[in-house]
Amino acid sequence: MTDEKEWPLYEVFVRGKRGLNHVHVGSLHAADDEMALRHARDVYTRRNEGVSIWVVRADDITASSPDEKDPLFAPAGDKVYRHPTFYTIPDDVPHM
Amino acid sequence: MTSTDAELEQQFDEVIERNDRIEPRDWMPEGYRRTLVRQIAQHAHSEIIGMQPEGNWITRAPSLRRKAILLAKVQDEAGHGLYLYSATETLGISRMELTEMLIEGRQKYSSIFNYPTLSYADVGTIGWLVDGAAICNQVPLCRTSYGPYGRAMIRICKEESFHQRQGYELLMTMMRGTDEQRAMVQESVNRFWWPSLMMFGPPDAESPNTAQSMAWGIKRNTNDDLRQRFVDMSVPQAEALGVTLPDPELRWNEDRGHHDFGEPDWDEFMQVVRGNGPCNAQRMAHRRRAHEDGAWVREAATAFAERTVAEVRGAPATSLEASALSDPAEAPQRTVAEVRGAPATSLEASPSEAPARQIAPQPPSGEETR
Repeated sequence: MTDEKEWPLYEVFVRGKRGLNHVHVGSLHAADDEMALRHARDVYTRRNEGVSIWVVRADDITASSPDEKDPLFAPAGDKVYRHPTFYTIPDDVPHM
Repeated sequence: MTSTDAELEQQFDEVIERNDRIEPRDWMPEGYRRTLVRQIAQHAHSEIIGMQPEGNWITRAPSLRRKAILLAKVQDEAGHGLYLYSATETLGISRMELTEMLIEGRQKYSSIFNYPTLSYADVGTIGWLVDGAAICNQVPLCRTSYGPYGRAMIRICKEESFHQRQGYELLMTMMRGTDEQRAMVQESVNRFWWPSLMMFGPPDAESPNTAQSMAWGIKRNTNDDLRQRFVDMSVPQAEALGVTLPDPELRWNEDRGHHDFGEPDWDEFMQVVRGNGPCNAQRMAHRRRAHEDGAWVREAATAFAERTVAEVRGAPATSLEASALSDPAEAPQRTVAEVRGAPATSLEASPSEAPARQIAPQPPSGEETR
């Protein structure tokens, strides 16, 4: 219909309140970073959902493979000793 | 099908089987993707077209309070459309394609928005019945099997509650007014009751996609189940409001534990779906005009963004601000050593940790400072 170029896609991260991490909340299109930030405010924080917003161009994100069986995560699979429950401590030892 | 495809399909089936979520980059059957695109896009288009019937009354709101509420509500609909378009785009279709498919009539939106809003009472009735029906539909969709769709629905459901309550409160206010105002409410409810029941779609026997959609966990309830739930919810609300619902067959059925109710006029429903409702042409023309009238704004913003990037590229890349704005591919390559020596502007690192942790070049200006 048109030869109009689509605005790039941005991913939006919002810090809900002080002390919390920024969390991914969704995405939007904007012509540039400044507009992405303004759109993010209007689309994702209409009800005080955030005190800080990050926007990042979606094509600047490097992601791991979506496959849960990806060998990338294999090193964590067989290291049960990294979990506190791996260690048996007598019940009568307090504060452990 | 190669053995790899069979494995992928088995993984997909296992995820669905254990009620887990499918995420955007997962393998999925083409039919699953197609069904989702159709359903989520129709949902997104409905939010966007749904701005029109109520937007019609913004300039004629009876008080500043009602105007502020209506503006906020219509702005929410725009936001809901955007959440849902974003979810649809994760399935590999562009926003521009979606807009074009709506404007060219290749994708549908909910037929409810092809009915006119004839009085301010309609703003209340839409909030109560239309948004009420939408909530019935949408709450189970928070658990839909496609992650981005479910997350969009969770955000939307939180906001829809305001929509329904403001509508019901508006109607309660009118019901406490004059006889003429009460008559306006009843007349409005009479017009919107049946189209609201049609929002759940055709009867299960004539809804060919339902079984597959439920097997895939896209839909969680059938059309008739949700319609029944809506009727059961609405009857006591109508009583509390003091209006009647225009269905002579509507009565409580002790045996079923539900209300019996009459059959909506499915011929009318099909007519409206086919484009012959009272406002189909007007809604589409308005949407098309808004898109075309907005073209210069989109083009200007694109041109401005391109010019800003070009100007920054022309400048010496010494300022932090400038290198953040430039395209990373074009920016002078920065070595790890340089970055380690750079100020601690990484998003997460505290100043003392920065030299050790900041190993990837980050846009140095940092969103924090904007």
